[in-house]
Amino acid sequence: MTQDESPSRKGFFTDTSVCIGCKACEVACKEWNMVPEDGLDFLAMSFDNTGRLSADTWRHVAFIEQREPLGHQDSGVGRPAGEGPGPVNLGMPSFGLPGQRTGEHDEAEGGDFRWLMSSDVCKHCTSAACLDVCPTGALFRTEFDTVVVQEDICNGCGYCVPACPYGVIDRREVDGRAWKCTLCYDRLGAGMEPACAKACPTDSIQFGDVDELRERARKRVEDLHEAGVSSARLYGEDPDNGVDGTGAFFLLLDEPEVYGLPPDPVVTTRDLPSMWRHAGAAALVLLAGATAAFAGRRS
Amino acid sequence: MTNPDKTGEGAGTAGREAITGATDVVSAEQRERHKDHPRRGRRGGRGRGEATRVPDADFRSYHGRPVLNQIVWEARDIGGYLFLGGLAGASSVLAAGAEHTGRPELARPLKYTALAAISGSTAALIHDLGRPERFLNMLRVFKPTSPMSMGSWILMGYGPLAGVAAVTAATGWFPRIGRAATIGAALTGPLVATYTAPLICDTAVPAWHEGYREMPFVFASSAASAAGGMGLIVAPTAQSRPARRVAVGGALIEVATSTYMERRMGLVGEPYEQGRAGKLTRAAKALTLAGAVGAVLGRRSRAVSAVSGAALLAGSALTRLGVFEAGVQSAADPKYTVVPQRRRLEERKRAAAKTG
Repeated sequence: MTQDESPSRKGFFTDTSVCIGCKACEVACKEWNMVPEDGLDFLAMSFDNTGRLSADTWRHVAFIEQREPLGHQDSGVGRPAGEGPGPVNLGMPSFGLPGQRTGEHDEAEGGDFRWLMSSDVCKHCTSAACLDVCPTGALFRTEFDTVVVQEDICNGCGYCVPACPYGVIDRREVDGRAWKCTLCYDRLGAGMEPACAKACPTDSIQFGDVDELRERARKRVEDLHEAGVSSARLYGEDPDNGVDGTGAFFLLLDEPEVYGLPPDPVVTTRDLPSMWRHAGAAALVLLAGATAAFAGRRS
Repeated sequence: MTNPDKTGEGAGTAGREAITGATDVVSAEQRERHKDHPRRGRRGGRGRGEATRVPDADFRSYHGRPVLNQIVWEARDIGGYLFLGGLAGASSVLAAGAEHTGRPELARPLKYTALAAISGSTAALIHDLGRPERFLNMLRVFKPTSPMSMGSWILMGYGPLAGVAAVTAATGWFPRIGRAATIGAALTGPLVATYTAPLICDTAVPAWHEGYREMPFVFASSAASAAGGMGLIVAPTAQSRPARRVAVGGALIEVATSTYMERRMGLVGEPYEQGRAGKLTRAAKALTLAGAVGAVLGRRSRAVSAVSGAALLAGSALTRLGVFEAGVQSAADPKYTVVPQRRRLEERKRAAAKTG
């Protein structure tokens, strides 16, 4: 394929400021990719009973409850005034015991409470540790600049699992192979958008060309800052970060670690040349030390 | 406003409980599971500089859950592999030295040791695969960015050499080929013993990655201590002098470098002192030092030498299991992922503020 024909880099921009925590992305992902059930549990962690990304969870919606004076989230920020319908009550869960709510009060003050919801996914790093360390070549970079596991090659060595600085890829115990988000490689090939983005009712998950998404994300942060949401920040999009920029990046309303994301991940293979040098030096020291032990008087 | 996010800074791994509101109606078990995103204001009480051994555990996380996915390897398989690979590699080096200085009673058993250890370690590696029948896929590619790929090729080179060296030593067939294989195994053996350090350090596991400078030296010296210890067990005292030197030197360097590594790592070195990893690491050092002392004092007694050798072997195995376990513990606690990264970010911010 020549340079001209190769498609542009594809990715996700997940704008968590409009996420409503419906988990449609989780469901759509499971349905489309036929990802097995991964335990129906109550984790006692807010409304999150999925827990984490794993071999059987390729989208994970995080729920965080915070007592913040700037409680209310206005999903209408950035929308041209007067156009289209106003905000719709989506029946979002609220703080407080059931039956003790006085609707008025909530409406008037907005409460000192806010929800953070965020749909996490594989970051499809520019410098992807999982891909670097894979000893079989099962993990590869597609023509869309995404990172995908070939399930007919993977021998389940499990090296990619601790290599991922985000805790995304994992080994499926029942079949012994590593699995993660493919950015719906099959759908992309057919010119369709990934299932999660398609299913997202608020466009919190946006799919497209990474260049364009970065532009859109920057604009969105500006709008939010202008509207007084000073906590809005982008996560992962910077091409100068530890993984040279992610293909799937996020607009967050708090520090990344609050969402379970590492604040400053660095691809582990960045230090690999130095690791090889140290290992080589150690090997030589071992050889030299043992040789020295044989030198001198025989006994 | 109330302060709902009280942080109970507890000792050990079970610290940091969430106390957000009605604690009385929440069972202890639920509270245990529902760990906290600790309170804000990380700046207060932050320790500066590398020397601090008291961790600054004031950090935020997602319900106390780990950032990383847990290592899927079995401690027995991969911890055992780290040990056996080291034993094999260093044994081949000693065997070649013994052969060339006319110590057949030391050379031959060490060649057998090398073959047995490398066979065992290969079996452990294959057993640990999710799809063992696909182990040959390891040889699909030659990939310097993957220590596991490079390791597969190193094993492919070393394994047959160690095998030929052992078989020719046992049968007396093809002595010239046997000598060549012995030298070949001695030259590739140190790679087998040390490449496993990049193997585990080339991950996001904090207690492994942060030690990548020292880990190869820990592994090399631990391998020397193990192979030397094996030499003390198998060879008569008249021929085991070089093995004794290697064993004692390896043991002392192992204890020194691993202690240095754990201290230099600061916060992420903590798992080497705590829990199961702490127990394994302490036992490893005690056995290794005891073995070294025994090897020196008991140099005229075959029995004392053999017991010392066994202590060194056990110490080397426990060192690797301790390293393995420390990695598991550091991956399980978000503290070791979040705190160093957060510090790095803030240092960068401070540096930028200074220059800008």
